[in-house]
Amino acid sequence: MDIIILIFVFVLAIFLGVELINKVPSTLHTPLMSGSNAISGITLVGALVSAGSTHNEFASILGVLAVAFATINVVGGYMVTDRMLAMFKKKEGGNGK
Amino acid sequence: MNIDDTLINLVYVAAAVLFILGLKLLGSPATARKGNLISAVGMLIAVVVTLGNQQILSFELIAVGVAVGALVGAIVSRKVAMTSMPEMVALFNGFGGLASLFVGWAALSVALVAALRSGVAVDNFSLVTIFLSILIGGLTFTGSLLAYGKLSEKISGRAFVYSGQRIVNSGILLAVLVCAALFFQDSANDNWLYLAVGLSLMLGVMFVLPIGGADMPVVISLLNSFSGLAAAAAGFAIGNILLIVAGSLVGASGIILTSIMCKAMNRSLTNVLFSGFGTVKVSAGPVIEQGEVKPMSAEDAYYVLEAAASVVIIPGYGMAVAQAQHAVKELQGMLEKNGAEVVYAIHPVAGRMPGHMNVLLAEADVPYDLLLEMDQVNPRMDSFDVAIVIGANDVVNPAAREVESSPIYGMPVINADQARTVFVLKRSMATGFAGIDNPLFFKENTRMLFGDAKATLGSLVKSFD
Repeated sequence: MDIIILIFVFVLAIFLGVELINKVPSTLHTPLMSGSNAISGITLVGALVSAGSTHNEFASILGVLAVAFATINVVGGYMVTDRMLAMFKKKEGGNGK
Repeated sequence: MNIDDTLINLVYVAAAVLFILGLKLLGSPATARKGNLISAVGMLIAVVVTLGNQQILSFELIAVGVAVGALVGAIVSRKVAMTSMPEMVALFNGFGGLASLFVGWAALSVALVAALRSGVAVDNFSLVTIFLSILIGGLTFTGSLLAYGKLSEKISGRAFVYSGQRIVNSGILLAVLVCAALFFQDSANDNWLYLAVGLSLMLGVMFVLPIGGADMPVVISLLNSFSGLAAAAAGFAIGNILLIVAGSLVGASGIILTSIMCKAMNRSLTNVLFSGFGTVKVSAGPVIEQGEVKPMSAEDAYYVLEAAASVVIIPGYGMAVAQAQHAVKELQGMLEKNGAEVVYAIHPVAGRMPGHMNVLLAEADVPYDLLLEMDQVNPRMDSFDVAIVIGANDVVNPAAREVESSPIYGMPVINADQARTVFVLKRSMATGFAGIDNPLFFKENTRMLFGDAKATLGSLVKSFD
């Protein structure tokens, strides 16, 4: 993959992230953190490839460990964020679901 | 099943769009839950399509890894108490960092084997990005574990400062780079690699060690950012654009939260990272204005509250410790039944992570539109009959405005002292996490309600019955 394109994507994504997150109100900062934490578990995608390739045993072992830890991050992160957000309710808005 | 690489990448684009939409919807409490779900769908399709990658030949190990991870993640996320959210997020950050370290290391191993076969050395860009993912992943892991230990009070939460830590940390970082450079020269010598991994892990510890107490919200935000950057670095290492995009989004999010937290404490990031708050020696000079502390019983406080038309509640970490959020909500209900207006004033660094108080109050069914930010409350503070400070200390300390020699001078605070009457619910007269005297306790209009916050609130609620 062309190095410059990767760097380009990286820089643009950082700027996009800054624009997106700047608009999140402080009341949602904890769910934002746990939710973005779940997104950082995207490493799972890379880990799957390492874990599943049988050419290199050492890399596979590292891959499986990475899969396990990244999955904790993904599953736990999304679930706990959902649990938190389910509790946020507006004043007169019933149960807010 | 083998899926074409182009198709996989197209699905990755869709996943990236879903992450972005998800984060966008997180911008409002009304749509946030949907946003989180959309982001999770993005993750799911990315994972599923990756399983079609031609390089994946064996699925047994993957199944084991996913099963273990999903089980642990599901159990932890269900069991964790809302008060313990900061340490859980810290722990998850660490796991993300560790996963990135492993992915980087695995990529290195694969690249070296390939280089050995083909006789063509691994290119420098791959080596550099692989080492970056190992470095950032490693320090995120140990830094987060230490933060977890501090937040869950398994180890002392105090800052541990020694002279020259800047030099030591820079030295470790430099040593990692030297190891990387030596490894580039002679990639047959694994020792340089192990040394680099070890030093990265050590750097995480040394980096979080001098930070403690009230600075923890900054640390978690920063580690959150690192966990994203580690994923992005791993993305560079294995040439996966989705990892880069998602990782940078998280990295950016953490950077913003970090800067918000720093601003809320009127300190620079370097100041937080290196100067160890709460270890500053405060001169005993300017506390002359201290008068007498005026304690008050819950009964007497009730008479004041009964006559109040507007009440502002200012929670702090002490509310979390006392698990008093439900009692607070009960008191709110009683006051409202009595015809009073009740709002909450939330300081950005109240608690141990950004938004900590908001989640606790949401758990207790407090509507989020009653939770006001500091800047919304301060201009009308003098219109409140009563301000009830529950387990907050430094964030309502008027010394930040009045005492120039105070270490927190200049920090934006909630001006609780400007309300007509201030009730401070406090266990004892001990100083806050920052260890600074609080003139608020000695003001003419302040009354101290000593004791466990939950018990005090309980007896106030009972008085209303």
